[in-house]
Amino acid sequence: MADTATHGHATATGISNAKLGMWVYLASDCLLFGGLISTYLLLRHRSVSGLTPAEIFDIPFTSVSSFVLLMSSLTMALAVASITRGDVRANRVWLATTALLGATFIGGQVYEFTTFYREGLGFTTNIFGSAFYTLTGFHGAHVIVGIVMLMSLLMMSVRGNLGPERRDAVEIVGLYWHFVDIVWILIFTIVYLIP
Amino acid sequence: MTSAAVDTAPDEHAHDHPSDLQYVKIAIFLGLLTALEVSTYFWEDLPGIDKPASTTTLVAVLFPMMIVKFVTVAGYFMHLKYDNPIFKRIFIFGLLLAIIVYAIALFAFEYWNEDYLKFLRS
Repeated sequence: MADTATHGHATATGISNAKLGMWVYLASDCLLFGGLISTYLLLRHRSVSGLTPAEIFDIPFTSVSSFVLLMSSLTMALAVASITRGDVRANRVWLATTALLGATFIGGQVYEFTTFYREGLGFTTNIFGSAFYTLTGFHGAHVIVGIVMLMSLLMMSVRGNLGPERRDAVEIVGLYWHFVDIVWILIFTIVYLIP
Repeated sequence: MTSAAVDTAPDEHAHDHPSDLQYVKIAIFLGLLTALEVSTYFWEDLPGIDKPASTTTLVAVLFPMMIVKFVTVAGYFMHLKYDNPIFKRIFIFGLLLAIIVYAIALFAFEYWNEDYLKFLRS
């Protein structure tokens, strides 16, 4: 029975409960990030002291980080495509590449936060700092969770527990990863490029 | 749920996903859009332009590109274009709810002040 084989167990709708659950979670996460982005938009120009967005953002650097995260979506899509074909070896390569690109993005964020802090923008410096670190910090935490999930898949694959029959596991992690990417597409434009 | 019913349920993987080459083309398209977005930051360095672009201009230029990137990733990389429509409906519901709730919140906190009320009364 195809459904049982691909989803672990049969469902009344013919679609995976785990995948449905991930989509419901992602829909709810829209509200979380919507709240954080709205709060940032409301507060970013209300600081009475300290640094402002225009004074501190390094757009060329953040552009490279954004490009890295965008390309990690490509490698994630290729990971899902390879496991669908049953190409376990290619799947491992793409999962590892995605995790590496995600780690590069996080490295860039750590560098950016450190630089901002040294230049005088701490979490409590002003209301812009609080809103900025909360928004981008929550996004960074999502990326870190994604990297942990990717590494877990990689470990499963190395141990021989991730074949085409568990394609859904890779696809569900992929959905989460792509969501993290589209949230960054919004943050990069709204927070960084529009002053 | 009988096994017969399960056997006849639609298989969500029985659809055409993009090929690897198509994924690469989509990524190149997204990369080019990102480069275009970033180019707006350097507009004021162009000869003959002595002041940065206004926020209104940037919103008008950047928002459509942002939306195209968002829809492309969701449609192709997340397979919303090909998968069971229930996933698309769930995601759009969450997205629209967030947009409506926070648009109201932004309007209330940003514009719903004494000046705006005076403007309405005038």
